[in-house]
Amino acid sequence: MKTFDYVRPTTISDAIAAAAEPGAAYLASGTNLLDLMKGGVSRPHRLVDVTRLPGLDRIEHLPDGGVRIGALVRNADLAHDPDFAKSYPAVAEALLSGASAQLRNAATVGGNLLQRTRCGYFYDVASACNKREPGAGCDARNGENRLHAVLGWSEACIATHPSDFCVPLVALDAVAEIEGRTGRREVAIEALHRLPGDTPEQESVLEPGDLIVALRLPGEARMFSTHARYLKVRERTSYAFAIVSATAALRIEQGTIRDARLALGGVAPKPWRAHQAEQTLAGSSPTPAAFRRAAEAALVDAKPSGDNRFKIELAQRILVRALTLAAAGTPERMPALPASPFSSVSRSDPGEIYEA
Amino acid sequence: MNFSISLTVNGVRRDVELEDPRVTLLDLLRERLHLTGTKKGCDRGQCGACTVLVDGRRINSCLALAVSHDGADILTIEGVARGDQLHPVQAAFIAHDGFQCGFCTPGQIMSAIGLIGEGQAGDDPERVREGMSGNLCRCGAYSGITDAVLDVQKGLVEADRRRSA
Repeated sequence: MKTFDYVRPTTISDAIAAAAEPGAAYLASGTNLLDLMKGGVSRPHRLVDVTRLPGLDRIEHLPDGGVRIGALVRNADLAHDPDFAKSYPAVAEALLSGASAQLRNAATVGGNLLQRTRCGYFYDVASACNKREPGAGCDARNGENRLHAVLGWSEACIATHPSDFCVPLVALDAVAEIEGRTGRREVAIEALHRLPGDTPEQESVLEPGDLIVALRLPGEARMFSTHARYLKVRERTSYAFAIVSATAALRIEQGTIRDARLALGGVAPKPWRAHQAEQTLAGSSPTPAAFRRAAEAALVDAKPSGDNRFKIELAQRILVRALTLAAAGTPERMPALPASPFSSVSRSDPGEIYEA
Repeated sequence: MNFSISLTVNGVRRDVELEDPRVTLLDLLRERLHLTGTKKGCDRGQCGACTVLVDGRRINSCLALAVSHDGADILTIEGVARGDQLHPVQAAFIAHDGFQCGFCTPGQIMSAIGLIGEGQAGDDPERVREGMSGNLCRCGAYSGITDAVLDVQKGLVEADRRRSA
């Protein structure tokens, strides 16, 4: 690991001033950043430790029914907050399906939004990677790429965004509150991450010094709480990143879907909201045929970036499964294996819901 | 630049002078405080051998900068027994053959103590396995580890019942 200056400001304005200089990086828990620094992938000159900034570790309930989550709230604390888990169950399930208990105890909400891709070529400093070193080329393009992107990728970069947490967040219109050199602004999580295009090194819309201070979920997102799931296919049951994942949240009235929210993870360079697919569901009955149509609409623009054509069909199937389980109802208790497609459903007979 | 930090480790206050901000909590415990019970496996947050409790929560000490944990209360494997009296989780690991070579065991035990403290797994083997998935065991002692955790959990439930009866 390259050495660095370490500063620990006590006010947000001092933190922004310290982090706005070239080569500086914010440090929260460091579960991703320290790993990248150990591998020589990230080489910051200065770490600005934000863990002691006051007031960023609270979960606040807002007058409009929404919730404001400080950027330093730990993943585990948010997932196990009883009111939060009841109101936004797909978000809690996504959080608990990510990483390990140790990492969830440390990792922060703000850090999770900005975690880097897990592309092996990005991590291997002996490989060419346009994201790590602009203009170097992309060894993933003709390499081991069965887990790479099928949506939103470019010739310059086919890496995926690894977050579970961000998938239900984009589906539920979450917003990031950002403090920067020019004051405070808000950015929808859906607009926070950029597609790679010719500049895969620019992963988000954040400017130098910008600090995510909080995340907000709107009160309307609670209306999906009784029909919301996050599902994640992994190469092992626990402690693995998604091959593909999906969140489905439905508002069902008198047997008709009034509103649907769908998003995919593990398939694109950013958490992928499926707006068109949502529109195919509004006003229809929650039937297998309707779910399959929606899943096809969600992947209509997908194309393989390598040996990963299977992910297109897999993503459609996991969307259908997520919709089926969401329609059956949010489980009363968090499944023993959060987000696992192999977990049984407590409320319904699985034989019944997997029919057709 | 030097950094002075102060930690409570296994109930004892330790003042440490760091010449380098790169020191992880794991390296500080092992190399500076000579508490070598906490193991360095992958050093990248993937194996769980370095698990310790920080302010009562289990974390990977290899992915924690020591300087950032100034003031923290740390519990390591060296601090869990009371003299010759083993911690109930230690005793259960022995009773259930929860290890073979022993390298991952300090991390497994600290993780199990953390899991029981979190109160999410209860007596469900599936939830215990899921809650312990951040600790790898290359000898494959998983079924003994799960049994050990369930045994301690069962003992706690019975103790609660006796108290409330």
